[in-house]
Amino acid sequence: MKIKSVVLAAVGLAFASSVSFADDMTIVSWGGAYSSSQNNAYHKPYMAKNPDVNIINDESSAEAVAKLRAMNEAGNVTWDVVDVVASDAIRLCDEGLAEVIDPTKDLAAAPDGTSAADDFGELLVSECFIPQIVYSTTFGYRTDKVGDTPPTDICAVFDLEKYPGKRSLEKRPINNMEWALLCDGVAKDKVYDVLGTDAGVKQALAKLGTIKDSVVWWSAGAETPQLLADGEVVMGSTYNGRLFALIEEQKQPVAMLWDAQVFDLDGWIIPKGLPADRLARAKDYIMFATDTQRLADQAKYISYGPARASSAPLVGKHEALGIEMAPHMPTDPNNAKNTFLYNYEFWADNRDDIDAKFQAWLGK
Amino acid sequence: MSDAGSNAPVLTNDGVPLKVSLQRALRREKLRAFLLIAPLLIFILITFVLPIADMLFRSVENGIVADTIPQTIKSLSDWDPSTGELPGEPTYAALHADLSVAVKSKTHTRLGSRLNYEISGASSLFRKTGRRIKKMDEGNYKEQFLKADKKWGDIAYWRVIRQFGARYTAGYFLNAVDAENTGDGVQFRPEDEQIYLFLFGRTMFLSVSITVSCLLLGYPIAFLLANIKVRTSNLLMILVLLPFWTSLLVRTSAWKVLLQQQGVINDFLVWTGLISDAGRLVMINNQTGTIIAMTHILLPFMILPLFSVMKTISPSYVRAAKSMGANDWTAFWRIYFPQSIPGIGAGAILVFILSIGFYITPELVGGTSGIFISNRIAYHISSSLNWGLAAALGVMLLAMVMVLFYVYDKIVGIDNVKLG
Amino acid sequence: MAALPPYASPAQRTWHYTFRIICGLIFFFLIFPIMVIVPLSFNSLPFFTFTPEMLRLDPAGYSLINYKDFFTNPDWNNALRNSVTIAPVATLLATSIGTLAAIGLSQSHVPFRSAIMAILISPMIVPLIISAAGMYFFYSRIGLQGTYLGVVLAHAALGTPFVIITVTATLVGFDRSLTRAAASMGANPVTTFFKVQLPLIVPGVISGALFAFITSFDEVVVVLFLGSAGQKTLPWQMFTGLREQISPTILAVATLMVAISIALLTTLEFLRRRSERLRGLTPA
Repeated sequence: MKIKSVVLAAVGLAFASSVSFADDMTIVSWGGAYSSSQNNAYHKPYMAKNPDVNIINDESSAEAVAKLRAMNEAGNVTWDVVDVVASDAIRLCDEGLAEVIDPTKDLAAAPDGTSAADDFGELLVSECFIPQIVYSTTFGYRTDKVGDTPPTDICAVFDLEKYPGKRSLEKRPINNMEWALLCDGVAKDKVYDVLGTDAGVKQALAKLGTIKDSVVWWSAGAETPQLLADGEVVMGSTYNGRLFALIEEQKQPVAMLWDAQVFDLDGWIIPKGLPADRLARAKDYIMFATDTQRLADQAKYISYGPARASSAPLVGKHEALGIEMAPHMPTDPNNAKNTFLYNYEFWADNRDDIDAKFQAWLGK
Repeated sequence: MSDAGSNAPVLTNDGVPLKVSLQRALRREKLRAFLLIAPLLIFILITFVLPIADMLFRSVENGIVADTIPQTIKSLSDWDPSTGELPGEPTYAALHADLSVAVKSKTHTRLGSRLNYEISGASSLFRKTGRRIKKMDEGNYKEQFLKADKKWGDIAYWRVIRQFGARYTAGYFLNAVDAENTGDGVQFRPEDEQIYLFLFGRTMFLSVSITVSCLLLGYPIAFLLANIKVRTSNLLMILVLLPFWTSLLVRTSAWKVLLQQQGVINDFLVWTGLISDAGRLVMINNQTGTIIAMTHILLPFMILPLFSVMKTISPSYVRAAKSMGANDWTAFWRIYFPQSIPGIGAGAILVFILSIGFYITPELVGGTSGIFISNRIAYHISSSLNWGLAAALGVMLLAMVMVLFYVYDKIVGIDNVKLG
Repeated sequence: MAALPPYASPAQRTWHYTFRIICGLIFFFLIFPIMVIVPLSFNSLPFFTFTPEMLRLDPAGYSLINYKDFFTNPDWNNALRNSVTIAPVATLLATSIGTLAAIGLSQSHVPFRSAIMAILISPMIVPLIISAAGMYFFYSRIGLQGTYLGVVLAHAALGTPFVIITVTATLVGFDRSLTRAAASMGANPVTTFFKVQLPLIVPGVISGALFAFITSFDEVVVVLFLGSAGQKTLPWQMFTGLREQISPTILAVATLMVAISIALLTTLEFLRRRSERLRGLTPA
C-alpha cells in the first residue's frame, strides 16, 4: 500500500511542522514599513543579544482582537507579543485577553533614573498597554494641484470650490465624523457631546454629504499615498508615517496638512494565557524593546514619535536619508499647533451604533 | 425445472435459497459502497459541515447574559418594565453580587460589549461600574449604582438586560433584517440605520446583472462552439478554459490594472482622443467595476453548461424547420432556442449561486457601492466582532444558496455538473 | 454555421460575419485581461500601465525587475514555499478519499445516495465566506487555527467535490462487466480495483487531482481566516499586495501563475483525449 504510507508520511510531516520550536517567538504587527522599522530597531538587536530566540513576524494586527478572542475561546494562544492601537488594547484588557503590566517591574526605567511610569506618563492609557509610538491620522495634499494658496486648515477638505478634485477618507466613521463637526462650526471641546446625539450624527453625515461624491474611501493605510502619487486625489487622510515616506523617500509633490491631526497611540500587549516560560520571554522582549534607546532608534526608520519623554532628545537622523527626523514627528511643536484627541470611551460606546448609520449612509 | 407445480424455492448450488443469497449479496454490496464512501463522508462532516453548523448556532446563542449575571436575571423576571419604574433594591443587590464575581474574571466587559450591540452606552456602563464595584459598601446598592453611573437609573438599559436574559435570542436575526424589539413589539429600525435588507437587495441586483451579462456574452460563444467543426471548437474552447483555470486574484488584479483611472483602458481612450485627460472614466471601486470583473470571472461557468446542452441539440430539427419555409430567425427562436433552455437554466443558476457568495473581487474592486453581503459578514467577523450578527447574516445567505441549489438539483441534477 | 452555403442571401452573409465579429469580441474580453498582464509584468518602472518606452518597444522600457523582486523578496519566497507545501498535501488527501467515495457512489445500490451526494458537494456550493468563518471558529476551538494541518484539512475539504465530480464522470462510461469478469475469474475486490478499475479511471482521478490542486493553490478566503504568518500563501500575499502595498511584483506573480494554469490546462486536455480514446469514445 504505497499510497497509504505516503499519506501517513505527509500527515506526520504536517504534524511535525505544526509544532513550533520552543525558541520561536511570534510577534504580531502591521506589516509594511512599520514592521520593518520594528525589525531594525527591536527584533534584530534582540535576536543578536539572545541567539537562541527566533522571532517570527505575523502581520495580523488588523484582526488582532478577533483572533485573540478566538484563541482565547479555544484556550490555545499562539502569539507571544502583539502590536495594537490603544483602543484595541483597552478592549483586550477589558475583556481579560491581555496581561496586566506593572510598569515598575516589567518596564525599564529611563537612563536618568526616571521611572517608566513617569517616563510614559499619561500615555499609559490601559494597564495592559505598553505604548510605543504616537502617530497621527492627518492629511496630505498635492502641492501642484492646489493653486497658489496651499491649504492650512482642515476645513479645506470640505471646500470643493477652492480645492476641487477628489479626496480620500477612511471607510469608517471615526475621525471623519469629528472633522465634519469641527468644520460645521462645532467647538473642539463640544464635538463628542454633539456626536453623542442623533441630531449630531445627522449633522456630521450631512456635512460629509457635501463632499460625498468627491470622496474615494480607503480601508488600508497605503491607499491614500498611492492615490496621491497617481494624482487620483488632491488630498487624503492617512497615517503621518505613510505620508513621510511618500514625500521624503519617494519625493512626490505632496505636503502635509497637520491641522486637526488626530493623535493616537500604538504599542504592545502580551496575550493572556501564555505558559510561564513564554510569558517570561515575552516580558523580557518588551522590557528590551520599549527602553529609551530602542524607542528612539525606531524613529530612525519611520516618522512616528517615541512614546517615552526621555526618547525624544535622542531622536536623530533618518537611517537612509540622513535628514533630521524631529521636525517630521507629529508631536513636534510646529506640527502640533492644533491637534485633536481621540476619545476612546466615546467610541467604545457608540461605535456599533454610529458605524451602522455611517455604513447605511455610505451605501445609499 | 421439469416439475412446474413445485413451490420449492430456487436454490443456489451451495443450498441457500437464491432469494436469500441475492439479498445477502445486495447487502454486501451496499455495505461495500458505504465503506468506500464513509471516509470522505466523515471527513466532510467533521472538517466542513460541523464547523458551519457550529458557527450558525452563534446566530441564536446568547448564554453570556444569563451566565454572567444569573441572579440579576432571576430577580428581573418579576419586574415589569411597562410600569415605568426602576427595578427594586433586591435587583441592584443581585447585580452587585453578580458583578463582584464577573469582575474577577473580567467577563463583565464582554457582557458590556454584547449588550452594546442592542443599546449604545452599555459598554462603558459595565466598564465603569466594574471599576467601582470593589469599592461599594454593603447595603443601599441602588443609590451606589446610580452614583457609579447614572445610566443605571435609565429604564431602557434594564429593559434590554431583561429582554436579553434568555439563553437564546432572535435579536441577531431581527438585526439582520433591520428590525428590533424595543419592548413594544418588533418594528423596523429608524431609516438611517437600515442597511442589511438594502445590502441583500443589492447583492441580488448585482448577481442578477452579472448572470444576465454572462448569459448575453456566453450564449453566442456556446452556440458558436457547439456548431462548428470539432477541431476548431476544441481549439477555441481553450480560450474559455484558460480564464477558468486562471487564479481569481490574477484576474482581479488584471481588471484593477485595466479599469483604474490611470489604467490601460483610460490611457488608451485618452491616447485615441475619445476622452480628455481630465475626463477619465471611473470604472473601478463602484458597481461597474464589480459587474465587469465578476462577469469575466464567472463567464466560463455559463459557457460550459450551455455548450454541453447545445452539443446534444440535433441540427436536423432546425433544418426541418427551414425546409418548411421558416427563416433563420424563426428557426432559431422557435426550434433551437427552446431546446437550449435547460442549458440556460443550469448556467444561470450556477453563476447566480457562485456570484451571491462572492467576497474577494467586490472587496478589491467594489468600492462602497459595489460590495456584497459577504463583505459585511467579513466585517462583522474581523472588525466589529459582532459574531452573532455575522452568523445570522450567514444563515440568511446560506438559506438563499440552498434554495437555489435545490432548484439546480431538480433541474440539472448534481451528478450532471460538468467541469471542463 | 460551419460554412456559409453558396446560396446565402446578402443579409445572411452580413449576419454570418457580424456574428463572428461579436464572438471574436467576446473571446477578446475573455483573454485580453489575462494576456495584458504579461507584457506589463516586464515594465521597468513601478507602474501598472504601459509607459511610452514600452509602446515604442524600446528595450529600456522592459526589465526583469519585478521577477527579481519576486525571487529575492523573503515575503514572496515564504508565500511561494507555503503554497507549494500546502497544495500538494491537500490534493493528495482530497484525491485519495475522494476517489474511494466516487467509486462507492457509482455502485448500483447506495442508500441515501442523493443526500450523501448533496453533503459531499456542499463545499463547492456554500459561499466561501461562510465556510471560512465556520472553519475559523471551529478550528480555533480545537487548536487547528493558524496551523499547517488546519489549512491542509480545510483545503482538502474544499477540493473533494471536484474529485467526486470528475471521477464519477469517468465511471459513468465504465463497463461494469469488466469488474464482473475479473471477479468471476477469481480476482478479489482489491486486485480488481487495482488491475481493472483504477487504470481506466486514472484520467478522471488525475483531472480531479488537478482541480483539487488549483482549488488549494488559488484559495484565499479560507486561508485568510484560518492561517497565520506561517501559512501565508501566494494568493494571500497577492491579496495584501493589492489592498495594501500596491507593488508591481504582483504582475510578475500573476504572469507566473498564468503559466502554471496553461500547463495544467494542457495536461488536462491531453488526459481528456486519452480517456476518450481508452473508453472507445472517439472524438467525432
